[in-house]
Amino acid sequence: MIFDALTGVLLIPAVAAVLLAALPGYRLTARLNVVATFLTFATAVSLFIVEPVSGPYLLVDDLNRVFIVLTTFVSFTTSVFSASYIEHEIEIGRLKLTYVRFYHSMYQVMMFGMNLALVANNIGLMWVAIEMATLTTVLMVGIYRTHEALEAAWKYFILGSVGIALALFGTILVYMAAKPVIGEGLYAMVWTVLVTHAAKFDPALLNVAFVFLLLGYGTKVGLAPLHAWLPDAHAEGPTPISAVLSGLLLNVALYALLRFKMLLALNPAAIAPGPLMVTMGLISCVFAAFMLYRRRDIKRMFAYSSIEHMGIIVFAFGMGGPLANFAGLLHMTMHSLTKSAIFYAVGHISQVKGTQKIADISGLTVSNPVLGWGLVLGVVAIAGLPPLGIFMSEFLVVSSTFAREPWLVIILVFGILVGLSGLFLRLNTIAFGEPRGPTAPAQASYVPMFAHLAIVFTAGIYMPPALVSGFQNVARLLG
Amino acid sequence: MHSLSFDIAHMLAGSLVLVSFMQLYQDRLYALLNTFALHAFILAASVAWQAFVQDAPHLYLTAMIALVFKAIVIPVALHRIIVKLGIHREIETVVGVGPAMLLGMGLVALSMVVMLRVTAEADPLAREDLAFALSVVLLGLLMMVTRRNAVSQVIGFMSLENGLVLAATGAKGMPLVVEISVAFSVLIAFIVIGIFLFRIRERFDTVDVQALDKFRGERQ
Repeated sequence: MIFDALTGVLLIPAVAAVLLAALPGYRLTARLNVVATFLTFATAVSLFIVEPVSGPYLLVDDLNRVFIVLTTFVSFTTSVFSASYIEHEIEIGRLKLTYVRFYHSMYQVMMFGMNLALVANNIGLMWVAIEMATLTTVLMVGIYRTHEALEAAWKYFILGSVGIALALFGTILVYMAAKPVIGEGLYAMVWTVLVTHAAKFDPALLNVAFVFLLLGYGTKVGLAPLHAWLPDAHAEGPTPISAVLSGLLLNVALYALLRFKMLLALNPAAIAPGPLMVTMGLISCVFAAFMLYRRRDIKRMFAYSSIEHMGIIVFAFGMGGPLANFAGLLHMTMHSLTKSAIFYAVGHISQVKGTQKIADISGLTVSNPVLGWGLVLGVVAIAGLPPLGIFMSEFLVVSSTFAREPWLVIILVFGILVGLSGLFLRLNTIAFGEPRGPTAPAQASYVPMFAHLAIVFTAGIYMPPALVSGFQNVARLLG
Repeated sequence: MHSLSFDIAHMLAGSLVLVSFMQLYQDRLYALLNTFALHAFILAASVAWQAFVQDAPHLYLTAMIALVFKAIVIPVALHRIIVKLGIHREIETVVGVGPAMLLGMGLVALSMVVMLRVTAEADPLAREDLAFALSVVLLGLLMMVTRRNAVSQVIGFMSLENGLVLAATGAKGMPLVVEISVAFSVLIAFIVIGIFLFRIRERFDTVDVQALDKFRGERQ
C-alpha cells in the first residue's frame, strides 16, 4: 500500500499510541505527543495539496477536509498546552506517572478515533470510530480517580452508550433503506454510493432512521435535553480533555449528523431534517444560556457555554441554505478555537488557585495579568462581541435567518443575550476586583491560547479569500 | 404462506421480547442475571438460525460471541461482582411491576406500529425482525430508566444491545456485523471492569452523604 496523506492521518496517531504506551518518563512522552500531533496536522494540511484516492472505506472530500484540519490543529495546540498542564499535575501529585503514560497513549487513540470517524466512507465504520473516541474520553475523564471524576465518567459512559446504541439502530435502518436499491453487502453502507442513490430510498424508513440518528449522535453533540453527561465530563476530567471534548469531539458527532442530513436532503419524499435540528438547537441555546447563571464551578460554566454554542451551530445547519451553512461552519470553527483557548486559560487558572470554584477565584487581572487578560479576551470572544470571529459568525447566523424566520431569530438572539450577560456577570468577579487565594505566577505555556485568540481576532476583521471560497464550497455541498 | 424457516426465526425473536419482559419484573439481582443469560442464549440461537437461513457463515461468529461472552462469561463475572459488592440481597423497586409492564406493553405496541408501517415493502422476515428488535431496544431502555443499581443498569444496556444485534443480523447481508458485535463486546467488558474496579453501586447519585455534599461542587 502506498503511503498517502489519508493513511497518514490514521497511521501516525496509531503508531504514536503504541510508542507512548511503551516509553517511560513524562518529559519525553509529552514531547513525543506534541511531535506526533504536529505531524498529523501537517499531513492533514497536505490533504489540500494532493487529493488522495477514496475507496469503499476511506474518503476525503471538501466537507471532511475542513473538519480534519480543524481537529488536527486543535489537537496539536492542546498537546502543547497539555505538556505544561500535566507537568504541574505531576508536581502537585494529583496524577501518578503510570497514569501519565496511559494518558498520552489514550490521547493518540482518541485522535485516531476522531480522524477515522471523519475520513470514514462507510457509515458502519464511522459508528465504530465514534464509539472508540467516546470510550477513550470516558477513560480520560475518570483519570483522577476521585469520587466525582468516577461518577462523571460513569454518567458519561452510560448516557454515551445509550446514544451510540440509538445511532447504531439508525445506521441499520439506513442500510435497510438502501438495500433494495443498491443490493446486499458492503456497498449499501458506503457513503459515496448511498448519496448517488438516495433519491430512490424508501422515505418512511429514512425518516425513522434520521430520528434515531438525531437522538443518538445528538447525545454526543450535547444537545438539550440529552446533554446531562456534558457538564460533569468537562468539569471532572483533566482540562486538556475538556478542551478537546468541547473543541473537537462535539464537532465529530455533529459531522456524522450533517452527513445523514445531506442524505435525507437528497430524497424529496423524506421529511425535511431542518426543523428538527432547528428546534433542538434553539432549545439547547436558550436552556444552556439560563444554566450559565448560578454556576459555581468555572469549568462547568464553560461546559454550558459549549452547549449553548452547539445549539447555535445546529440551528444554523438546520436552517440550511448556502449562507446559513456558511455561518454554521464558521461558527463551529470559531467556537472550537475560542473554547479551547478558554479552557487553556482556565486550566492554568485552576492550577494557580488550586480550585475550580468561582467563589474562590477573584482579581486575576491583578494577580496573574497574562492569564487574566487572556481569559477576559476569550470570554469577550465567546460572548460574541465585535470585532472578534464569533461576532462575525453569529451575525451571519442571525442575518441569514432573519429574512426567512424572524420569530426564530428573536428566540435565538434572546438566548445569545442571556448567555452573554451570564458570562460577564461571572467574569466580573473572576477577572477584576481584589485578588484572593494563591497568587503565584503560573508555569504556563501561553502560546496555544494566544495563537487561537489571534486567529479568532483576525477572522473577525479579515478572512483570506481562499478560506471564504472554501467554506462557501462546503456550504453549498451541505445543501 | 410462510415457510418453516420464517416461523422459527419469528419464534426466536418473539421469545427475545418475552424474556425482555421477564427482566422487567425481576427484583432480585441473581434472578435478573439468570434471566439475562437466557436472553443472551436465545439471541445466540436466533443469530445462528439467521446464519443458517441466510447462508452467511460469518454470522456464526456473532452467535458464538453472544453464546460464550454474553450468556456465560459476563453473567459469571457479574455474579462474582454482586457477591463482592455485597448487594446480592438488594431488592429494587423504583417503579412497580404493574406500571413497568404496562409501559413495556405500550413501547412494544409503539415499535410495532412504527416499524410495520414504515417497512411495508421490505421482505417479511427482516420486517418483523426489525419490529421485534426495536421492542427489545426500547424495553432495555425502559429497564435502564427504572433501575437504580449499576449492575442492573448494565444488564439493561446489554439487553438493549442484544436487540441491536438482532436488528443487524436480521438486515440481510449487512456488512461489518461481526465487527460491530466485537466492538460492543469490548464496550461491555469495559463497563463490567469499571463496575468492579470502582465499586459503583448506584447510578448518578450515591449513598454516601458526605460525598453528596460536595457533589459536583455545585451545592454548598
